[in-house]
Amino acid sequence: MKTMKYFNPTKALFLATASLFLASCSDDDNGPVNEEEVITTVITTLTNGSTTITLTSRDLDGDGPNAPVITPSPGNLMSNTTYTGTISFLNELETPAEDITTEVEEEGDEHQVFYQIPSALGTIGYTDFDVNAKPVGLTFTYTTGNAGTGNLTVTLRHLPNKSATGVAAGDITNAGGATDAQVTYPIVIAN
Amino acid sequence: MQKFSMFFCLLCFGTIFSQNTISGKIVDENNMALEKSHIHISSKSTNSKKDGSFIIRNVPNGSAKVLITYVGYKPIDTIIDISGNLEINFQMKQKSEQLEEIVVKHKNNYFNHSVSEQKIKEKTIEKFSSQSLGNVLKEVSGVSILKSGSTIVKPVINGLHSSRVGIYNNNVKLEDQQWGTEHAPNFDVNAAGKITVLKGASGLQYGGDAIGGIVIIEPFSTKKDTLFGKTIMTMESNGRGGTISSSLHKGNFCDWSWNAQGSFKYYGDRESPDYMLSNTGNREANFSGDVKYIGKKFDFSAYYSLYNATIGILSASHIGNVNDLYNSINNQTPSVIEDFTYSIKNPKQQVQHHLAKLNYNYYIKDGESIGLQYAFQFNNRKEFDLRTGVSDSRAALDLNLMTHTFNADYKLSIDSWDFKSGIMGLFQNNSANPNTGVRPLIPSYNKFDAGIYAIVDNHISEDFSVEAGIRYDFSTIEATKYYLKSRWDERNYSPEFNNFIEGDFGTQWLTKPTFTFHNFSASVGTQYSFGNKYEWYFNVSRAVRNPNPSEFFSDGLHHSSGMIELGDLRLKQEKSNKISTSLQKQWKNFKVNINPFLNYIEDYMFLKPVGFETTIRGAFPVWEYQQINALLTGIDLNSEWQISEHWQHRLLLSYVNGKDKTNDDFIIDMPPLNINNRILFNKKDWNNLTLELQSEMVFRQTQFPNNNFMTNIIVDGELSPVEVDISSPPAAYHLLHFASDFQFKIANNSMATLGFSVFNLLDTKYRDYLNRQRFYTDELGRNFQIQLKINY
Repeated sequence: MKTMKYFNPTKALFLATASLFLASCSDDDNGPVNEEEVITTVITTLTNGSTTITLTSRDLDGDGPNAPVITPSPGNLMSNTTYTGTISFLNELETPAEDITTEVEEEGDEHQVFYQIPSALGTIGYTDFDVNAKPVGLTFTYTTGNAGTGNLTVTLRHLPNKSATGVAAGDITNAGGATDAQVTYPIVIAN
Repeated sequence: MQKFSMFFCLLCFGTIFSQNTISGKIVDENNMALEKSHIHISSKSTNSKKDGSFIIRNVPNGSAKVLITYVGYKPIDTIIDISGNLEINFQMKQKSEQLEEIVVKHKNNYFNHSVSEQKIKEKTIEKFSSQSLGNVLKEVSGVSILKSGSTIVKPVINGLHSSRVGIYNNNVKLEDQQWGTEHAPNFDVNAAGKITVLKGASGLQYGGDAIGGIVIIEPFSTKKDTLFGKTIMTMESNGRGGTISSSLHKGNFCDWSWNAQGSFKYYGDRESPDYMLSNTGNREANFSGDVKYIGKKFDFSAYYSLYNATIGILSASHIGNVNDLYNSINNQTPSVIEDFTYSIKNPKQQVQHHLAKLNYNYYIKDGESIGLQYAFQFNNRKEFDLRTGVSDSRAALDLNLMTHTFNADYKLSIDSWDFKSGIMGLFQNNSANPNTGVRPLIPSYNKFDAGIYAIVDNHISEDFSVEAGIRYDFSTIEATKYYLKSRWDERNYSPEFNNFIEGDFGTQWLTKPTFTFHNFSASVGTQYSFGNKYEWYFNVSRAVRNPNPSEFFSDGLHHSSGMIELGDLRLKQEKSNKISTSLQKQWKNFKVNINPFLNYIEDYMFLKPVGFETTIRGAFPVWEYQQINALLTGIDLNSEWQISEHWQHRLLLSYVNGKDKTNDDFIIDMPPLNINNRILFNKKDWNNLTLELQSEMVFRQTQFPNNNFMTNIIVDGELSPVEVDISSPPAAYHLLHFASDFQFKIANNSMATLGFSVFNLLDTKYRDYLNRQRFYTDELGRNFQIQLKINY
């Protein structure tokens, strides 16, 4: 037992176990996590002269169980007409609402918005481009077809393969990447 | 605690006031002196000298217990009355051969006598120096692996994994967010000296919730009074990187000893036979070390280990919605294939695990001891995702898990009886960093556990022993979680759980769900040797596992799988009743072990698809945790055949069948039948050359639940419904692996081993049912490996 003079394991152990009760308790009752990059709202605006059609999809509980609410603008699109289109992505969980469109624009080479519509209802062309002269899709033109009804599907892709076949022309088939937002608006084209 | 300390102080110092001297001589049946026999009198001990003589001073007056032991001789256990100095001689009698064998077996660190334990030796572990714990464990029949990509590997024991498999490093249960299927054990294989797999819940001294089994990792230690070390360098072609691991050991029979070990891994992108797996590099920097003092009646040790890893996640596995998943499954090639790089981008994981522990063992007398242990673990897990408008250096998930564990264990062996008992206390705090900008998968919580167990083992005869154990565990958890009000309503938590609501934050409730559990677990078993080298083991065990934080609290989108996962506050404990038996037979050149089992699990928790939810990202399938009664049956088989002096054959086979008895369906993610054959050649004369050819045959899983679902994709501008096939298991595959090594001397005291091996020799293209990334990519292609090991 002579070792006890310079080494006391009992005491060392006692000191060590004492720290057992010094556990810190962090509390986070200061409010929920501030969700930042969530897209709650996608607003598509189609303008021709003084006529503006606004299509909105809003999902205020994010990944929660409630489905997005889609509000088409009162009034129909006119057949065989060219509309100037813009799209905006908002986070309305924050006040004032955070405009994610700016971030998409800044990271234009990493994003692309795809618009898909049955060919009978018209065609869509890109009017904005990223640093590599590839389309981004925050602005576009929509040339309507003949009268009819159908769906316009808007998809925001993160990190798509922008040089894959058809992607620059707006075909999503080979785009890859991850979907940040995807909404479907009902469309009515009148004569 | 103070009382405990006082108790030990008394034990240690209580005898210093005595004055008597006891001396004498130890001889054998022929009156020949026995050197180094061990003599205990009262609390003193010594070893006999060359002439068999011994002397013990300062023995107090009164009756004293005397115990004299010598290997191969029957111990002398008696009581003598001491009232002054005494000279006394002892004659020891030899044991019969048979008895000695049992004693040796006994000391061979068995965790449970009624199950056949599977051990992995140091030499095998060294071969896996560059890989993960899961890969090493696959060397045991009945253990398969669950992967997320090529570097995140979890062990699956008899079809069960994650929270159902406890991993014990140096007697401490790893608390490293082990519930997650994409969370590999935070442990570096290079820090392991020996690994034991116990299938089922028979290791009650460790815990009562090992529904699947436990993995016991023991660090390397030596009692030889020497200083030595080893360095293992491994270079690999696939990943174009390497691993270096070095360790130094100072052993000692008495007094101080220490071990130190460090390892470093650096890999870039891995490759499948046809393409690069972009962003699959990884880095690791690990350290472990301990200092131990061995006294005459006690030992004390301090241990610390650090695991520090950065793991890239395959770029193509980052998807946004079900359409992306559908595209991946149908395209059969990853959507992102880039040139080789060492750099790791998002998505990635960064994990750090610290473990520090203090251990004190006091040997009351031969066969009786007390052990005290305190362990502190700190685990930080950061997961980085591809995000828009948020800096890449900001984690999307940031969890800090802190765990304090205290154990006190008592062991006693008298005659044919072994008794083990102990208590355990655990305090755990999980804190989810709120500054990630993403709702955390797992909420912050505090958890307190306490357990008590007792195990009795009786060696009724040389051939027959019975073991029985019981354990009680108490657990309480209090979480702090924000629920979306819409989710709270969708889950129908109101009014049942309204008492958990503590605050109203607009669209969310602040809740403090609190749960308390009382669990009893037990294990009974027997071991019987009969006939000509037959050995039979039989064990029945019951284990109870509480729902883990993920099962209780998950609520949200899981990005890598494109599904919404929902926990349930109503979940009850899961109860396993396992019967396992094992028959071993040894012939002259052939050894076989057959191990069938049956595991009936009441209230088995698993994710089941229940419908769809539409969000602004699109539609997602919803999977919720449900409980069913499950029946797992299977068989593990392994054999060793020494064909001739130089040739050997080894076989590992395992099969498991998982049935959902509640819905009469199959259970998802059960490993399919696999058969592993190897032929080994070894010649000692040729520098101990070893050549090995391994055939790994994995069959297609034909027993799986159909969880396929429909989704709408856009074809020619129109939505059209398609089926997303997430259920169909991939085809069967067969791989060949080659390994070789030989030894040579590089200096007087220094040996080296040079190894060359090829994994997936034929560059076979395959996918594995138990890889979470099988939807996105093929598995790894051919990999050449060169390994140099130097012992010094």
